[in-house]
Parts: sequence; structure tokens; C-alpha cells
Amino acid sequence: MLHVTGSTGSRHRPSAGGVVVSRPDAEAPAADPQSSAWPHRHLLDVDQLSRPQMERCLDLAVEMRERRMRRESLDLLRGEVVGLAFCEPSTRTRVSFELAAEALGAQVVELPIDVSSVTKGESLVDTLRTLERTGVTTIILRHGMSGACYLAARNVAVRIVNAGDGAHAHPTQALLDALTLRDALGTLDGKKIAIVGDIAHSRVARSNLHALTALGASVWLAGPPAWVRGFNGWPGVSVADRLEDALTDADAVMTLRIQLEREAGGGVPSLREYTARWGLNTARLAGTRHGAPVLHPGPTNEGIEITADLAASERSLIGAQVVNGVAMRMAVLSLLAP
Amino acid sequence: MTRFGSLEDRPATLLLTGLRIIDTAAGVDRLGDLAIVDGHLADPAEAPPETERIDAIGLVAAPGLCDLHVHLREPGMERAETIDSGARAAAHGGFTTVCAMPNTDPPLDEPARVAMVLSRARGAACRVRVIAAATRGREGERITEIGELAGMGIVGVSDDGAAIASARVARGLLAYLAPLGLPLMEHAEDPTLSAGSVMRSGPIATRLGLPGWPTSAELSIVERDIALAEETGGWVHITHLSTAAALDAIRRAKERGIRVTCEVTPHHLALTDAWVAGDRDYAWAEPRGVAADPFGAPLDAALAYDSACRVNPPLPSRADALLLLAGVADGSVDAIATDHAPHSRERKSVEFGAAAPGMIGLETALSLGLAAVEVGRLTLAGLIEGLATRPARLIGETRTLESGAVADLVVFDPAARWRVEAGNLASGSSNTPLLGMELPGVVRLTVAAGRITYRDGLDAIG
Repeated sequence: MLHVTGSTGSRHRPSAGGVVVSRPDAEAPAADPQSSAWPHRHLLDVDQLSRPQMERCLDLAVEMRERRMRRESLDLLRGEVVGLAFCEPSTRTRVSFELAAEALGAQVVELPIDVSSVTKGESLVDTLRTLERTGVTTIILRHGMSGACYLAARNVAVRIVNAGDGAHAHPTQALLDALTLRDALGTLDGKKIAIVGDIAHSRVARSNLHALTALGASVWLAGPPAWVRGFNGWPGVSVADRLEDALTDADAVMTLRIQLEREAGGGVPSLREYTARWGLNTARLAGTRHGAPVLHPGPTNEGIEITADLAASERSLIGAQVVNGVAMRMAVLSLLAP
Repeated sequence: MTRFGSLEDRPATLLLTGLRIIDTAAGVDRLGDLAIVDGHLADPAEAPPETERIDAIGLVAAPGLCDLHVHLREPGMERAETIDSGARAAAHGGFTTVCAMPNTDPPLDEPARVAMVLSRARGAACRVRVIAAATRGREGERITEIGELAGMGIVGVSDDGAAIASARVARGLLAYLAPLGLPLMEHAEDPTLSAGSVMRSGPIATRLGLPGWPTSAELSIVERDIALAEETGGWVHITHLSTAAALDAIRRAKERGIRVTCEVTPHHLALTDAWVAGDRDYAWAEPRGVAADPFGAPLDAALAYDSACRVNPPLPSRADALLLLAGVADGSVDAIATDHAPHSRERKSVEFGAAAPGMIGLETALSLGLAAVEVGRLTLAGLIEGLATRPARLIGETRTLESGAVADLVVFDPAARWRVEAGNLASGSSNTPLLGMELPGVVRLTVAAGRITYRDGLDAIG
């Protein structure tokens, strides 16, 4: 029964086992990042990207944005079938990916995933394998559980783009936020970016921490203690005890959508108190650098995490984030295309 | 040639020559021969001349291993494991006794169900002792008929899978158990603190966006139970201890003479929370990857969020794993117990957070222990104490390799290595993150109650 690999005289061997696994994302040798073949099969999170690779995404998104404005027809994904598998409700991200794939000439299919069937009975793996057989070449996966995209990437041969997994990652959002900030600030190097709100449950925040710090920014977090706890050791990240510490001299401020049901979990006593202590308004931004822009991944709860007039003001980049969203997803899909 | 035997086989007669004999109870560690005649250990010089002789140079003989904590899944979940397959897994791992937890379907909460398990286990490849449910239906309210169950030979009671949530019920159990000399085997987890959590709280959980189990979830129940044991004179045994803070509380309680014991699983000694992120280094290895740089190191997409690493209590921090291992070495951890928890593929090939918690352990426990011995974190004698002698003593079994005793032992090759693969496992399930890894230590012979229950690749001389 046993396959014994042989007695050895050595009593001290490297402790890591000889794990034999198929690598879904084997890296190609390094080359000029701006022109070489893209080494990644999937986009699972921005932590897999080097700084030059992130910059390449940003530069390509700028190009895509311009070509889209000129209404050029782009056939980069002709013959590809992009499946949108959203196991969690989403409008903004889904539409953004759909527009991006169509703009590149791909056929887009909305995969009829019933949110409840994924959790009951039919497993995610079974569902995705079925879709794979129908000829889909790329799956855009949104899922409520952290790590679901890694499970998918290990079990199907098609390309996986993570459109948000639980509280873990939302890589295209972080890349579009980085682009929006780079457009507004010129560079992220040496900039102070404040992120305010429910960091603990936010995939947007986590991916932004990876992307913004990799691009040279320092990030300050502020919010109710239960929502910012645990991030202290993240290189390039500071957790502020008081909101003012995060906002002072900030070059830009990002706030996050508050999940209205989260107050029940003990993070904040009430939305009213959240707004009173951490809600963004023009007066509260007085200590930031002059005219520091404000971002929000949307959709906003106006009057809770941000006031309606601030969200609609000149300082708000929320509209630019939406425009950049389509361009960034075009960039990502074209980089991943064969 | 590999074969499994059973406790109903004929008693063995066998002569093993030139092996290292470790009998920790007697303080023996010597090179010599070991004779088994009609199931009993005998003076090698007096073995009958026709006795099968086996050259065992390089092998180690030790008392049969004793596992205080396994899930055999029968009745109710036979697709994952049966008493038969679980017992074969035990024999393959060198165990001669396993203690079966009662969270089957239906649970082992009444005498007839316990009797059924004991009866089905009669022809198994190891002794199967039963831990009965502490409360009816494992609902944490009315205690089971412990007096009658004690008469059937149960080794303790437990609602494993959950703690006794009500302190009043836990207090009543400890008081009722005290005169019977049996332990309450407590799954120490405050459900209000661990609710929704799927891995150890800490930087890696923060990185992965997985809800984290705080240390306090275990510590608060351990400290409560210590207070209750002191008050009632009852015996509380903490199962699958996973934090250094709770081990410290147990050490202090022992010093005060309170009857508290504990067990730690091999995976809480050798594996860490970094495994959830895809690391595959033992706790004692120099940190690298996510263990060294929790927020910055890239995740290994092939291994990150592997549901085989989902286990309750969750895999510990590296610091806690090393402190628990030190606790095994200094004896403050009473036993290494596997919490062998087989699950069918369907329950594991899902998202990390949706996967059933648990991993199998019977066939890899000795090997993980030997990996710790190889790097000097444990002595071989210390490992045998934790896997065999001390747990056996807790349930009233003896382990000795002295002449005249019933043969109950394991013979293994500590230097040989084997690759963990589904096809190499006797268990009905293969849910372990060790799949694909090469581990030290190959069991060659297991003898339980005088019968050969497992034998592999031992050739007779001449």
C-alpha cells in the first residue's frame, strides 16, 4: 500500500515538503514589462502584480480610455466569450465589465447563476465546469466568500478575473482607483492617502492597500476600532486613532460604502454615530491638502459616509472612477487575452 | 506485502531482531531483540525455534499509540469513514487504541448506540473505545445516563464539535462525573466569540479577508472549566487545545492541584495559519513567504484558501504552535491526539468558508511528530510519551514492552520517507493539506492486544 520513497541517511532535510501541484499562474521569465507577453493567466488580486505590471495596466487603461472616446472599434477580444458570473448582487461592476468586453469585440454572456444555488446544493466548481463546457473563455467572477476565485482558478481551465471575493480582493477596483488618483495627483509616490470606513469587511480597501503602497503612497486608515483593527503591521499603512490624524495633510481621501446591516455586528452603535464621527463633509476635510480629491467606490449612501454636496462637488472623483472603471477593465481583459 | 489484521485474528508469534526498543514507562531505550509468542512479549531466547524471524535493524519498537480523539463517522456518515476504515487508518498509523467521539448521526447519547459501536468494532484493526455524548442530542441541556454508560466502558463524555455552552450544565456534568473518575472532554470554544470565524485571528486572517477566531474564544471556556473543576472536584480534559494562553492557564491550574488535562493535535503542533495562505512550511522552519511577510508576500494561487486547511479550532499562529510543542516536550500537554476528522470530497471541494472543518490525522500523526524530532524540537522518547504512554494512562490502559505483557506495540522505520497520497491512505477520506508532501517515518508493524493489525514490507529471514 505504501509507496516509500526510500530510506535516507540524512536526518535533517528541508522542512518544506515536495508539494506537487499544478500552478495555475506560473510566471514567465521577466522581460520588459511594457511590451512583453503578460505573464498572468488570471487576475485574482493586485498582490500578484509587480509595480511595473500595475503601471502597465494604468497606462493601457489611459490608452483604452482615449480610444473609446474616439469611438474606435477595437477587436482585441474577437472570438472570445466572456462570461459574467455574479454570485452576489452587483450593478456597477457587472455593467462596467460588460461594456469593457463588448468594446473589445468579445461575445458577452451573462451566466445565469442563481445566488442561492451556489450556496445550496450545486457547488461553485460544478457550476463553473458546466460553463466552461459551453465555450466561455474568460469568467468574471463575483462571489461573497473570500478566496472563491482561487478555488475557481484551480478547477477550471478558463481565465478567471476576480470581480470581488468576499472581504478579500477587488483588483480591478483598486487599479481604477490608482489610475484615478494618478490622474488627479500626477503620481502616487510620496502621497498620503486616507481611507475611511469599514476597512475590515472591505475587499476594495484590501486591494487598494496592496496597489497604493506598491505605487509609492502611504495609506492612513480611520474608522470605528473594530473596522480598522489588525492592519497595523501592513507596510506603508498607518491606523489612525482619530479621523483628523488620517485627514491631516492627506493628498486624497477615499471613503467606503457602509453595509447598512453591519451596525448590528457591534462595529458602531448606530449609523447616526458613524456619520457624526467618521462621515465625510466639506468642513471635516479642512485639514487635508488644499482641494484634496475625494473618492468612493460606489454606490454611495449619501448622508451617511459622505454628504451629498461633497459627493457632487468639484473635489469628488466619483464620476471619474466610473469612467476609468470601463477603461481599466478593457485594459485588464486585453492583457489577459491570448 | 501489506496486510491488515484484526483483533479477532490468532495471537501473533514473531521474533524481531536488532531493533531499538523504546519503553518510556519503564525508562528503557536500548538495542535488542523483541519476541512475541502467542500474543505475549517473551524472552527472545525462549522463542520456539520455528518462530518467524525478522531482521529489524534500523527500526524502532515502541508501545502501541493511543488516540484520545477520533471521528469514525459511523453511524450516519459512512461515506467519509466507517469504524472499519477508521480502524485500519489507525493501524496504518501505528495506533492500537482510538477513542471515538460521539458526534455521529444519530449521536452516541444513549447506551444502545454505544453498544452498537462497540459491537461493530469487535473485528476492527484496533481497539475502539467510546466517548459518549455529554448531553442528550448534544443539545447542551440534559445530561446523558452517564452511570450506565460508565458501566459499558466509556472513557469520558463530550459534546465535541461544540462546547457545553451553559456553565450550569458544565458544572453539573463535572459534579456527576467526579465519583465515576471519568473526564468531561471539553471542546473549548465560546460560540459567541467564534461565530462566523473560519481561521485564527491575526495578520494572515486580516490579509485574506477571513473572519478570525480570537484566542479568547478558547481561553474563556478553559478558564471557566478550570473554575468549575476546582469547585466540583471533577476532571476536565480540554480537547484539541490550540493556544498558548490556554495552555498557560492549564499549567497554573495543574500547579494548584486541579484535575485538568489536555491534548493537542499534530496539526496544531506542526502547521500554522500561514498554511491557509498557501505556505507549506512546518511551524519550526525559518519563516518565509506569508509567514515572514503576512501582508506583502504574494499568495501562491495553487494553494491559497485550500479548504483542507479549514479546521476547528483553526490552525494556530506560528508562536502558539511552537509553545504548544514545547508543552508536549515538558509534559504539560498530556497527549497528542489527532482529532481525525474525515470528510467526503463534496464537503471540502467548496469555498474555504463553506468547507466542513476538520482534517484526517491518524496516518500522519507519527510522521509529523518524527519531523519535529528530526529538528530537535522533541526527543523520540518524548514523542512516544505524548502519542502512547500518557494518553493510554489517562484512559486506564497500560503500555509496556516488558516480557510477559500482552504485545501492544508499533514498529516503524524513522528514517524512511513516504509521500502522502490518497491512494496510500487507509482512511475513507483524504482531506489533509499534507497530500503531496513527503513525510518521515513509515510504520512496518502494528500489534494490538497480541494480534498483528498492520504489517508492511517486513521480510522473514531465510
